Amino acid sequence: MATLFQGVGAVTPFSASSSLDSNKLLLPSRKSLSISDSRGSIFVYRSDALNLKAATRKQDLLIPNAVATKGETSTSAKSGHELLLFEALHEGLEEEMERDPRVCVMGEDVGHYGGSYKVTKGLAEKYGDLRVLDTPIAENSFTGMGIGAAMTGLRPIVEGMNMGFLLLAFNQISNNCGMLHYTSGGQFTIPIVIRGPGGVGRQLGAEHSQRLESYFQSIPGIQMVACSTPYNAKGLMKAAIRSENPVILFEHVLLYNLKERIPDEEYVLSLEEAEMVRPGEHITILTYSRMRYHVMQAAKTLVNKGYDPEVIDIRSLKPFDLYTIGCSVKKTHRVLIVEECMRTGGIGASLTAAITENFHDYLDAPIVCLSSQDVPTPYAGTLEEWTVVQPAQIVSAVEQLCQ
Amino acid sequence: MASSWSLIKRSRTLIHHKKKLAFLGIGSAPTFSSSSSSPFMKRPCAASAPYINNHFRFLRRFESTKAEAAQLELQHYVTDDDDNNQVIDFPGGKVAFTSEMRFISESIQKRVPCYRVLDDNGMPMKYSNYVQISKEMAVKMYSDMVTLQTMDSIFYEVQRQGRISFYLTSMGEEAVNIASAAALSFDDVILPQYREPGVLLWRGFTLQQFVDQLFGNTSDLGKGRQMPIHYGSNKHNYFTVSSPIATQLPQAVGAAYSLKIDGKSACAVTYCGDGGTSEGDFHAGLNFAAVMDAPVIFICRNNGWAISTPVEEQFRSDGVVVKGQAYGIWSIRVDGNDALAVYSAVHTAREIAIKEKRPVLIEALTYRVGHHSTSDDSTKYRPIDEIEYWKMERNPVNRFKRWVERNGWWSDHNESELRSSVRKQLMQAIQVAEKAQKPPLSDLFNDVYDRLPSNLEEQERILREIVKKHPEDYPSDVPL
Repeated sequence: MATLFQGVGAVTPFSASSSLDSNKLLLPSRKSLSISDSRGSIFVYRSDALNLKAATRKQDLLIPNAVATKGETSTSAKSGHELLLFEALHEGLEEEMERDPRVCVMGEDVGHYGGSYKVTKGLAEKYGDLRVLDTPIAENSFTGMGIGAAMTGLRPIVEGMNMGFLLLAFNQISNNCGMLHYTSGGQFTIPIVIRGPGGVGRQLGAEHSQRLESYFQSIPGIQMVACSTPYNAKGLMKAAIRSENPVILFEHVLLYNLKERIPDEEYVLSLEEAEMVRPGEHITILTYSRMRYHVMQAAKTLVNKGYDPEVIDIRSLKPFDLYTIGCSVKKTHRVLIVEECMRTGGIGASLTAAITENFHDYLDAPIVCLSSQDVPTPYAGTLEEWTVVQPAQIVSAVEQLCQ
Repeated sequence: MASSWSLIKRSRTLIHHKKKLAFLGIGSAPTFSSSSSSPFMKRPCAASAPYINNHFRFLRRFESTKAEAAQLELQHYVTDDDDNNQVIDFPGGKVAFTSEMRFISESIQKRVPCYRVLDDNGMPMKYSNYVQISKEMAVKMYSDMVTLQTMDSIFYEVQRQGRISFYLTSMGEEAVNIASAAALSFDDVILPQYREPGVLLWRGFTLQQFVDQLFGNTSDLGKGRQMPIHYGSNKHNYFTVSSPIATQLPQAVGAAYSLKIDGKSACAVTYCGDGGTSEGDFHAGLNFAAVMDAPVIFICRNNGWAISTPVEEQFRSDGVVVKGQAYGIWSIRVDGNDALAVYSAVHTAREIAIKEKRPVLIEALTYRVGHHSTSDDSTKYRPIDEIEYWKMERNPVNRFKRWVERNGWWSDHNESELRSSVRKQLMQAIQVAEKAQKPPLSDLFNDVYDRLPSNLEEQERILREIVKKHPEDYPSDVPL
């Protein structure tokens, strides 16, 4: 059985003393990786991109085929069940609500409407109006309400209809959510989860295409994770709910209809771990959320051209999983970061700084970061396409780095 | 005869009101403009039944906020005397037509009256009705008001002497602090703004604990991480003070929601000032509380000043009490310097909130005698004689003292004993706190998360290395 998952129950602690021996990464046989990787990064099965509801433009034929081992098809493909990413989030959420009666959801249109992206569909009928709460349109207030409820013993999940709207909740998130555990001397915990779709969608306009991870990354006291596949979406949702810290879970508008087969058994992923998508030798490509799929598409081209990129989905945006990243950098000595954030002050900027500080000696070339330009996202489809990093750019950046 | 009410689901309280209204002959033609009938019914017995404003009519639709099975659903059929016989359906309910274009005035001719029990001399007013309190309660209330007053004056001086960095007093608002706290139970969750240390004092926070927080030493529950006066104690159900204004108001709704889910017989109580009512969080918090049927009591201490901004420049409405109705919340205006009035109002509000699962807004009119804080000199923007007037003639502590003394429950001897004892305790507590150790370096990094993540571990390590290299630059009273 090739697939292993771990982290059921306890969230693995932050410390870097993980059981994955970095030597193992150098072994030529990839099979051994899949069996002995006990840190829980599962190799992703093929996700069928043709199920994307969006218009069939050239972009849509992304095959986010993050197959880890060459030629190895999913061995346990017949077990488990197939579902879309938003259904995986829904499943994780429902399992947690079933398990712990203190878990509740609040947000706009989450109750009887089922949520704008159907993540909370059916939950209001099952758990009642109090546990799945429809709120008036005041993000600062329902986030504040979630914080107050969390301090009094509940475990709320606050849904922002679009991450961009959570800018209105910035005061509560920064001044209270991140701080009250600290300023109260540890007396009050805030086990809140704030989630919602963000990122550049299909012509949603500038205000609805925000990348909030870059604005929130500086707030002390919160954790940030970004999901990218149905498997990690469910696992991260469950982990976030069980965590005692405030967690912000970033979903992406365009990834909600990804289909994947996930295990039937219960599993919880670690909030602080990165995911090894494709091991390689020549260059480390760090990415997260939707850009993972652009990178994997570029990886196909690169493989055909004879390169062997190692692709890591960093998943944990705050704090970074410097252990996994470090092991990779020590192996390949070249780093390319591909993100959707703006160039200035984005996740890539912080990641560049973190890697340079810690692994400077292992780098053979300066870190290259591909990000969106510092412009508001235009509405016109063609212009919008060019604000997002495309596979062709990734390929040429790798070629340049690996010269 | 104008209005008839029909109840869909039974409620003891509302049936009572209906009978009462019919008995009192209320049912005048509902008009929009003025409150010609008196908003508050006085009843001979001290109360557990709430005071209501009979202009209240609304159609509630419970689609997704059915809180309990015993929720009320009122349908109000309005048939008016003049030419508005027609009623039409819109989202939100039936509404009557009128062919007269009449704008609702921005304010009613008469301001909402203020509930008061004792007059300026501490004499109960004629026909006053209020919730009775026992001798023990009255004496404790008075002693705590004196303690709060003494604490404030001593700590203010300590800041002026440079021994603590900051302080802010609650002078002039002792009655709001103590009397409201006295009317609540220890299960009620308090979310303060920052001018309510009296509530914590009432609940048993010791003088030593107050002083420890001010000095930020190792005994401080907050581990020295917040400014002075940012008290917090989960044992006393008093949420840690957070400096941004009004952020606690929506949080109170969340806390109340949590209490409601747990089925506890308790409510959330939150405080803000007149300035805080301008914040967006105030409006959204009240709106949410109303929509969610959350058992919250919003106590607004309208003390006339928000640092240097007087209320005339803060809002143009008739104070804060009228805003409650705009959100569908029962509200009352109370003389905040009258301890008995505040006690009665809060006591009753608590019963309304818990039994009927609804929010209540209390506007306590008072005056901020002290400066905004030790960083402020209020004589720069208001006349000194105004401050003196409120400090002497309208002092809430003296007023309550006269009432307590008149009942034979307090004497001058008690007074001098209490004041000197409190003073001595405070001095001692200050001495102990000053000498105590400061929190260790590790407390800089603990509690940011539940466990120390690797980046913080590394940052702590780096800091310790620097300290080891330059011990002379590191403060000697902070343990490593």
